[in-house]
Amino acid sequence: MAEQHNDCKSCGKCTSYEQEEGKTLYTMLIYSENTPGLLSQITAVFTRRQVNIESLNVCASSTPGVHKYTITCYCDEDMAQMLTKQIEKKIDVIQANYYTEDEVFILETSLVKISTPMMLENRDVSRIVRIHGAHIVEVNPTYATVEKTGITSDILSLYNSLNELGVVLQFVRSGRICITKSRVEHLDEFLNEREIRRAENCNTGISE
Amino acid sequence: MKEQISGAEALMRSLLHEGVDILFGYPGGAIMPVYDALYDYRKELNHILVRHEQGAVHAAQGYARVSGKVGCAIVTSGPGATNTITGIADAMIDSTPMVVICGQVGTAMLGTDAFQEVDVVGITQPISKWSYQIRRAEDIAWAVSRAFYIARSGRPGPVVLDFAKNAQTEIFEYESKKVDFIRSYEPVPKMEQTAVEKAAKMINDSVTPFVLVGQGVELGDAREELRALLEKAQIPAGCTMLGLSALPSDHPLNMGMLGMHGNLGPNVMTNQCDLLIAVGMRFDDRVTGNLKTYAKQAKIIHFDIDPSEINKNVKVDLAVLGNCKETLAAVTELVDKTTHQHWIDSFKPYEEKEFNKVINKALNPTEGPLLMGEVVRKVSEAANNEAVLVTDVGQNQLFGCRYFKFSKGRSVVTSGGCGTMGFGLPAAIGATFGAPERTVCMFCGDGGLQMTIQELGTIMEQQAPVKIILLNNNYLGNVRQWQAMFFNHRYSFTPMTNPDYELIAKAYGIPVQTVVNREELDEAVRKMLATPGPYLLQCAVLEEDNVLPMTPPGANVDEMLLEVNS
Repeated sequence: MAEQHNDCKSCGKCTSYEQEEGKTLYTMLIYSENTPGLLSQITAVFTRRQVNIESLNVCASSTPGVHKYTITCYCDEDMAQMLTKQIEKKIDVIQANYYTEDEVFILETSLVKISTPMMLENRDVSRIVRIHGAHIVEVNPTYATVEKTGITSDILSLYNSLNELGVVLQFVRSGRICITKSRVEHLDEFLNEREIRRAENCNTGISE
Repeated sequence: MKEQISGAEALMRSLLHEGVDILFGYPGGAIMPVYDALYDYRKELNHILVRHEQGAVHAAQGYARVSGKVGCAIVTSGPGATNTITGIADAMIDSTPMVVICGQVGTAMLGTDAFQEVDVVGITQPISKWSYQIRRAEDIAWAVSRAFYIARSGRPGPVVLDFAKNAQTEIFEYESKKVDFIRSYEPVPKMEQTAVEKAAKMINDSVTPFVLVGQGVELGDAREELRALLEKAQIPAGCTMLGLSALPSDHPLNMGMLGMHGNLGPNVMTNQCDLLIAVGMRFDDRVTGNLKTYAKQAKIIHFDIDPSEINKNVKVDLAVLGNCKETLAAVTELVDKTTHQHWIDSFKPYEEKEFNKVINKALNPTEGPLLMGEVVRKVSEAANNEAVLVTDVGQNQLFGCRYFKFSKGRSVVTSGGCGTMGFGLPAAIGATFGAPERTVCMFCGDGGLQMTIQELGTIMEQQAPVKIILLNNNYLGNVRQWQAMFFNHRYSFTPMTNPDYELIAKAYGIPVQTVVNREELDEAVRKMLATPGPYLLQCAVLEEDNVLPMTPPGANVDEMLLEVNS
């Protein structure tokens, strides 16, 4: 496997995570009601505590009507705890939790647009694509599109290797998506508990 | 029961459904349909016309703070809404239940920079508990009920409803709604028995426990429960500024106020106790001073309703989540009846030291100009220590909170977390409506009074019985004090040329008296309290007086200055 390009500032293009001293990369999984305006409320919590968001993904979750946010950031554990508590405090946020790298299965996807003439000229290009387990999904006389799905470091390794050969025209990486390795589904448990409370409440008044 | 009514009328019905009977507001273009509907509901909904929208929110806050009910303000779009921002932020940091209803342009014009259009939800989201735009009449009953439920439940706070004009005029089938459950929102965390047992054990094991009383005790209506715990285990306590009336001032276990300008004993003992028990308070920097040295020797228990307050500023050994009315009672059952006489007595030398060096001088001067402290104590005692204290922000607030005495709950209305100058006068108006049977004494300086002085118009119109005590020193006194202490006496823009406040009061038909000499003070205070309705008592106080003692910003909590170093 090609060596990862660590000195990002030297090439000016590399988009590797810059790890800050004493900080850990945390993945926050946040579940909310599908109400407009929540994303900006959630990101505002990070801004206020001066924490940079490294990647962000928002989509519908497996539970109908519930949206899932996957956010990564570098911070210490106290901050991760504080951020998730302050996010969970938002009325329409259902749950917010933070995880370390070993507590979640992680995937990211990426696309690299490379020059076809240069690829044909330099046999290293297709070799790098192959050893990274990436796929060429489209080729025409001008450019080829390479797709690579995996963990962040593998994707950056592919990009950096190709970039060193000077063939990269465009590069894009998605936000991280992940699922927890826990055997307990905390969201489902929480929602079930809440439904019991709702039923109790119904005896006294109309609930939302 | 279903019938066809307008959105504006639906708002009236929804407010009545939530038990609202008073609104503080100011009309304008985008809220006119609502004001038109209000015209038919004048009997049920007492609308107090303020003179500036900032006055409406602060009045709603004052009303909420003394009554425990949700204060409600109603304003128009654009500038009407932006004028409420300070009050919303203030209510958020001081956990005051309030619903602010703003007009908004019609949905068809949203985002087009229409006349008096402002992104109110975008602006208020970070400073409110919930902010929502009502775009369709069908949402009104739900949104209003949800707003009041959120504002009053759990840790209270402000909610903003941005009410689009088309939703106000739409005719639809109205049906009342009651929201008392939101699945993503747990207002009161479940009390954990293990935490209660641990807390009781920590208290029983402690030799020198100390309780920090915050506004949470008032908000949770837990004054009795707090007293029961303190008295059973004989634990001394200090109160935060907003928690001052949660425990009677003369209670033998009340050691005084915490914080930067609090009392010496409770601040010093914070760094000497072996167990610190914080109840419904949030370890504000004005209370803790330097966090690196704050109560490091002690184990800490934090009772709070808001999980995000736990370990925010101060790392604690145990959190007891829940409403303190419930958790305090549960812990009290398990604590041993005991005495800590030796520990309680150890506060005395500090009390005496502070009395001799600071308090006696502030309360019993024999010569020189009037002092703020003596005026505050005179008013408090003349009102039998039963009045509601409303303050503005600055030296008037600090002297007010230091020397006013409290015997009843919900008696302090002051802008704590936000420190909003101009808060006092409108908040006092609200307080007179929230506690009509009580005397409301509002202390302010010449700076803060002028920030919302237009509300004298509201006082005049309503004949709101606000006893205004203007502590006039011709300075922005608190900033001047800091300039004297930390900026080499460079009085950069703190001296102030004042208008003739007697003429101003007379213009509004408000009885007024100015006191310059000490001998006149007693009689003037007596006259003010004996005069029905509003009153302005102007006291010409010592120009360069300082609030002491003081923990300089960033200093250790037990390093209070008892005098200003020259």
